[in-house]
Amino acid sequence: MHQHEPNDWKKYIIVLFITATIFISGLWVSSYLSNKKIDQLKNIESKISLDLMSSETQFSLLQEQSCRDVSNTILSSELNSLADKISYSESNIGADDTDVVSLKKYYSLLEIKDYLLMKKISERCGEKSIFILYFYKNDNCSDCTKQGYVLTSLREKYPDLRVYSFDYNLDLSAIKTMTSIYKVSDNLPAIVINGKVYSGFKSLEDIEKTFPELESIKIKDEKSSNSKTNVTSNTKNPQ
Amino acid sequence: MESVYTYIFYVFSFISVYVQIFFLMTFLEKRKHIVHNPEYLDLAFYPTVTIAVPCYNEEGTIEKTVKSLMALDYPKDKIKLFLIDDGSRDNTWDIIKEFDDGSNIFAFKKENGGKHTALNFALDRSTSEFFGCLDSDSLVHPQALKRILKYFEIDPRTMAVAPSIIVYNPKNILQYAQNIEYDMSIYTKKMLGFMGGIHVTPGPFSIFRKKVFDDLGQYHKAHNTEDQEIALRMQEHGYKIDHCPDAYVYTNTPESVPKLYRQRLRWIYGFIKNLIDYRRLLFRKEYGTVALFTLPSGLVSIVGVIFLFVNITGNIIKFIYNKTIEIQTIGFSNILKFNYKFDWFFLNTKAVLFLSIILYILVIVSVMIGRKMAEGKSRLSFSVFYFIIIYSVIAPFWMLRAIYNAIISKESSWTFERRVTK
Repeated sequence: MHQHEPNDWKKYIIVLFITATIFISGLWVSSYLSNKKIDQLKNIESKISLDLMSSETQFSLLQEQSCRDVSNTILSSELNSLADKISYSESNIGADDTDVVSLKKYYSLLEIKDYLLMKKISERCGEKSIFILYFYKNDNCSDCTKQGYVLTSLREKYPDLRVYSFDYNLDLSAIKTMTSIYKVSDNLPAIVINGKVYSGFKSLEDIEKTFPELESIKIKDEKSSNSKTNVTSNTKNPQ
Repeated sequence: MESVYTYIFYVFSFISVYVQIFFLMTFLEKRKHIVHNPEYLDLAFYPTVTIAVPCYNEEGTIEKTVKSLMALDYPKDKIKLFLIDDGSRDNTWDIIKEFDDGSNIFAFKKENGGKHTALNFALDRSTSEFFGCLDSDSLVHPQALKRILKYFEIDPRTMAVAPSIIVYNPKNILQYAQNIEYDMSIYTKKMLGFMGGIHVTPGPFSIFRKKVFDDLGQYHKAHNTEDQEIALRMQEHGYKIDHCPDAYVYTNTPESVPKLYRQRLRWIYGFIKNLIDYRRLLFRKEYGTVALFTLPSGLVSIVGVIFLFVNITGNIIKFIYNKTIEIQTIGFSNILKFNYKFDWFFLNTKAVLFLSIILYILVIVSVMIGRKMAEGKSRLSFSVFYFIIIYSVIAPFWMLRAIYNAIISKESSWTFERRVTK
């Protein structure tokens, strides 16, 4: 019987140590960048919050004045891009991550505030605006995915349409209040359009058929598209 | 579910990084010991050597194989070539009998019985001190034999030496990809040689002391991978196996995916079956590196490749499914619209990604070291990408099939790969 070379235990351990170091570095870099992203989201949220407060204040100041100056805010597009980032973070950082959950809650609150403000503006100024509140859940809801596609495409077709989406299962009292006001059941997806609840999937055609008013904002969009740049610059520089 | 996948991925990538670092550290530690033989080398003593060439339906390549053996730089009276026709159904016999000269080269014809029977047939008739085999689809470098025998001269405990196998005349993408794989295995094999952990003495031109067979017995059928089994048997008995990086053997590699698939099915199937037969070695420290490192990492790599494949395929299916739903719901209008704005925010920063990058870098480093050792240049070519892409797409299929076959014990034969092409 020949003998094997003695096992080099020291080497096995050193290699283990090096591998662990590399591994931990990989995990660290990942968590570092995730934190950077969370920070970015926090910044965006605080900026939107500031803008929103400024709009509210502006609205109060202009009570008796003309509606034109505040009728179009740019918040919508910022909120939409924030929504994309939060939903990406849910898959990339983790839907259960406490930072992501709290960012999402804050985002939902901003949406509600924006919704309330816009509703007030449109009431006072007598504009025919359409608001869609969209309630979905993340797990076991293939219709919610489809509804999401429909609403995205609807929003692209009617840029002035305001769609606010809410995670039905998010533990946030404001969302619970909304669902109880509009009597949204857990038969999801559900959309609330101008105060009426529609449960279950609604296709693009269904929505357009139910709300012929959509056509009017489409036409309005086309009309205002020329003057849109002015409006945007107005709201950006309220001074 | 996502997190379960992630944790499994962590485990596999940890082990894979460990294996690569282990090789790298061995390389840094031993790189000075990698012998670079001069172009022409003299041995202190020229022992007698028998080279067996088992052939089955090899009329196309056998002539070149024999001629390369005849061109070996070695005293003619010390070397014997046994050409064994294992019941070919083509003209192999007519070709090899022409070489029979009654003194150095002998041609034999026997009933078909598989490669191991042809080798044992030669062993029975060999009286040399050294025994080797050359697959009839391979060619040897003229200096290969002397370079290998030098290892036996330097260390009397060395009982077998494996050569460096190089892809002969690669022509298509598939063969270039195999070229990279073979170059990389020159590196890993040499490192395993340093650690005493070689688990295959490849069919093309591994040379043994005849004593190995006298002590441990002849070749076994070993699920048509007799070159793995004999190495494991030697490892079990503590017989040292080394690797000679500059003993070049040029081998014809499968030129089509089905042929490569059949070859690898046999290799992986053989690996799994031999591993089961030699499971008593696993994790037993008295059997050294082969038991603690080579066999476990081989097993992990099979499972890991399959896991990765299932994972990636799952993601692709999920993506296609989602796109289909999207198209069904809102038509093609949005798919064609491409309004992508670059934002670093949407770059993937998952740990899985960084670990994969680290792993790919380590693989590329080992390819570079392998190429340096095999061809003297470490320059990377596009072949590396062919290698990574082709192997990650098709390797899982032969691995899955090999596992399936191992479970139902369905063998893929050596001759199956060498069907008559007439």
